[in-house]
Amino acid sequence: MAQITLKNLAHSYVANPSGDKDYALKELNHVWQDGGAYALLGASGCGKTTLLNIISGLLRPSHGQVLFGDRDVTQAETSERNIAQVFQFPVVYDTMTVRDNLAFPLRNRGMDAAYIKARVGQIAAMIGVEAMLDRKARGLTADAKQKISLGRGMVREDVNAILFDEPLTVIDPLMKWELRTQLKQLHREFRHTMIYVTHDQTEALTFADKVVVMHEGRVVQMGTPEELFETPEHTFVGYFIGSPGMNLLNAEVRGNKAIVNGAEVALGADYGAVSGRTQIGIRPDYAVLTAGDGLPFTVARVEDVGRHRIVRGQAAGQPMNVILPEGTPVSAEMTHVALTPDRINVYADDWRVQGGTV
Amino acid sequence: MDKTVNNKAWFLVLPVLVVVAFSAVIPLMTVVNYSVNDTFGNNDFFWAGLEWFEEAVTSDRIHAALGRQILFSSIILAIEVPLGIYIALNMPKQGVWSSLCLVLMALPLLIPFNVVGTIWQIFGRGDIGLLGHTLAAVGIDYNYTNDPLDAWATIIVMDVWHWTSLVALLCYAGLQSIPNAFYQAAKIDQASRWKVFRYIELPKMQGVLLIAVLLRFMDSFMIYTEPFVVTGGGPGNSTTFLSIDLVKQAVGQFDLGPAAAFSIMYFLVILLVSWVFYTVMTNLEKAEGK
Repeated sequence: MAQITLKNLAHSYVANPSGDKDYALKELNHVWQDGGAYALLGASGCGKTTLLNIISGLLRPSHGQVLFGDRDVTQAETSERNIAQVFQFPVVYDTMTVRDNLAFPLRNRGMDAAYIKARVGQIAAMIGVEAMLDRKARGLTADAKQKISLGRGMVREDVNAILFDEPLTVIDPLMKWELRTQLKQLHREFRHTMIYVTHDQTEALTFADKVVVMHEGRVVQMGTPEELFETPEHTFVGYFIGSPGMNLLNAEVRGNKAIVNGAEVALGADYGAVSGRTQIGIRPDYAVLTAGDGLPFTVARVEDVGRHRIVRGQAAGQPMNVILPEGTPVSAEMTHVALTPDRINVYADDWRVQGGTV
Repeated sequence: MDKTVNNKAWFLVLPVLVVVAFSAVIPLMTVVNYSVNDTFGNNDFFWAGLEWFEEAVTSDRIHAALGRQILFSSIILAIEVPLGIYIALNMPKQGVWSSLCLVLMALPLLIPFNVVGTIWQIFGRGDIGLLGHTLAAVGIDYNYTNDPLDAWATIIVMDVWHWTSLVALLCYAGLQSIPNAFYQAAKIDQASRWKVFRYIELPKMQGVLLIAVLLRFMDSFMIYTEPFVVTGGGPGNSTTFLSIDLVKQAVGQFDLGPAAAFSIMYFLVILLVSWVFYTVMTNLEKAEGK
């Protein structure tokens, strides 16, 4: 096990990249702490899988270095890195039995038979495939196969890291929850470094201690689920995390005030003069419909999602969503929306601006 | 709901029946007819019963030809299948080179059989052939018209040259259908090259290999044109395979009765062996599925 460091890492699938847009992965520096449980979150095609394949050595980065501990493994073969990876779609060795499938990585490392037997038994119990250990892997259902793939990923105890590339895509929801819990438990038990790629925020937020959000080949923020929710560093994080995502209103910011289409909004901090394309961001959870305070608001429709209701409408002419706690009625008098000042973030050209004290 | 009964629909099958009758059933029946009759010309036939079959079964000449045939098929299968797999494994998977390889590989398959025979017949000649002349020049005593071993070597190399592409192309198609994730997973699992072949590539090629082996077996067991053009079955009878023997008998000596009996048994043997091959290999696949 080791800390994994990415140094000035970048990757382009094009032979001679000319500009930023040719890079699937833009230059980044990042440290994955030994024993951390990370989620790598981002929309499809943002470079998550590329990053994962670079760490496991399936892909050579076009720039930069990958370090395991102090050792530079940038040019090392996958097999030398001793890393486990589980792919989005199940990969099983059809002609082998389930038992042999699970034992395969251990046998390749020349472990002794007694240890392999014990370890395979342990993993089989964990993923719940004990009953089918002696049947061939061919002809199993997709989720059984994926469980075997997961098991094969976790069977080695001495791996440097375990990488999961959207491993639960093909698994049904109940099993998904169960396996995720088991992964989490496994992490607590063995303290492997785990990197879990997903585009599902619930999955990311429940699995990981630290969530890394990627957008267009860049790591835009790394933080705890809470940090991502309260202070998104980039508008993408605000939009991607939360349901519905953060509201972004074009505004002009002067000191501790923002002006949205002529209406004034108080901010929680002093931002001085902000240049560039300026927006204020507020979670729908922190906006309250009122009869007179705040920005003028017109309701377009109300959606009942069970625990609460989402009011979709326009605040000062810009689209905005507000979450209404359960039991709050919507009435015709609610013509304005009040924003909680210290929950407002200010963004210039999509990046968060740090505010000073008022 | 009552089904509409209309037997007129059977007439729609008629064209197929006619075609099959003229293309397969009637010719085959003619052969069956010949095989149980004797004739001295003039279209006069005399009932001969199973005499020709007995003769064919006990004929040393046919036994020898059958032995050579089995040896030939075994040798070329033993060479072409592993070689085809090896070539397929080493062909580029994509890009310009892959297309070029495919075209080059397909070329021998497009050459008519008698042209292949002629090419090798000339190629191997000591006086004007590149191969024969070169071998002679470096001091190897090679003469396929005199030496049975040289004749065999020439025919086997020719068949390998002509048909290995088929095995390779089929295997290549099988390999192309393997998703990249399997290779990546094998790398992650630290599998050796051999294990990748044994547990990923071979299982995925099994289906096409079955077809390749069947086709190559049937074709090689019926081979006629190429060895006939190169050696004419010689020197002596050393490269006289079943079909060459059969043609000699039927067309050369005009022994229609014995030749007919012979060809029926020939047909049945190919049918039988192919069936055995197919059954064994599909059962193997099923057994593995359990």
